[in-house]
Amino acid sequence: MPEDFKPGCQRPPVKKPAAAGESAPAAAKEEVQGMIKVGKPAPDFTAPAYWKGKFVNINLSEYKGKWVLLCFYPGDFTFV
Amino acid sequence: MSVDSVFVHKMWNDHELSKMVEGGVPYPMLSDGGGNIGKLYGVYDEDAGVETRGRFIIDPDGIVQGFEVLTPPVGRNVSESIRQVKAFQLVRESKGTEATPSGWKPGKKVLKPSPDLVGNVWKEWKVSEAFDE
Repeated sequence: MPEDFKPGCQRPPVKKPAAAGESAPAAAKEEVQGMIKVGKPAPDFTAPAYWKGKFVNINLSEYKGKWVLLCFYPGDFTFV
Repeated sequence: MSVDSVFVHKMWNDHELSKMVEGGVPYPMLSDGGGNIGKLYGVYDEDAGVETRGRFIIDPDGIVQGFEVLTPPVGRNVSESIRQVKAFQLVRESKGTEATPSGWKPGKKVLKPSPDLVGNVWKEWKVSEAFDE
């Protein structure tokens, strides 16, 4: 039977499929995720967005000349 | 920005957020499926497959001036983000000649770093000014 879980802000960790296809060298896939540095350029990106009833592509560099607050969050409907 | 699709963003905005904010969310709700942008910014949680509550202040030249990252259950303080933007704007307008002490907000004292100020901040600024009241 599937197990119940309580909805929370924290998504339950994704269980990685165990050992099944453990052929690829594990070390190769570990990407190093660097942290941003203050005083350095923000990495540019283009991303789809929902904005005022429309779907648009947003490019960060279009916001040069403006102050930008870029906010990430765990997911829609995550309560807080 | 989250890993949700723009379709889910639309549902969240149209069915919930627009009931809390008149007219709905006024800024673009960005979608980052796969978390590639989150990885660039160091806020992607590989284990959960989502992004943490990261907030970045980017100035008009595209330079990151500050950031804050929280785990999912704690919401941000919007007033604090706005205060920081105002402080960075003041510093930028002064062309770096002024600095905002701890707890600064508009109307409070700013400092002008100079050789004479070294060791003399205690004459210009009181610890009580670091607090709101």
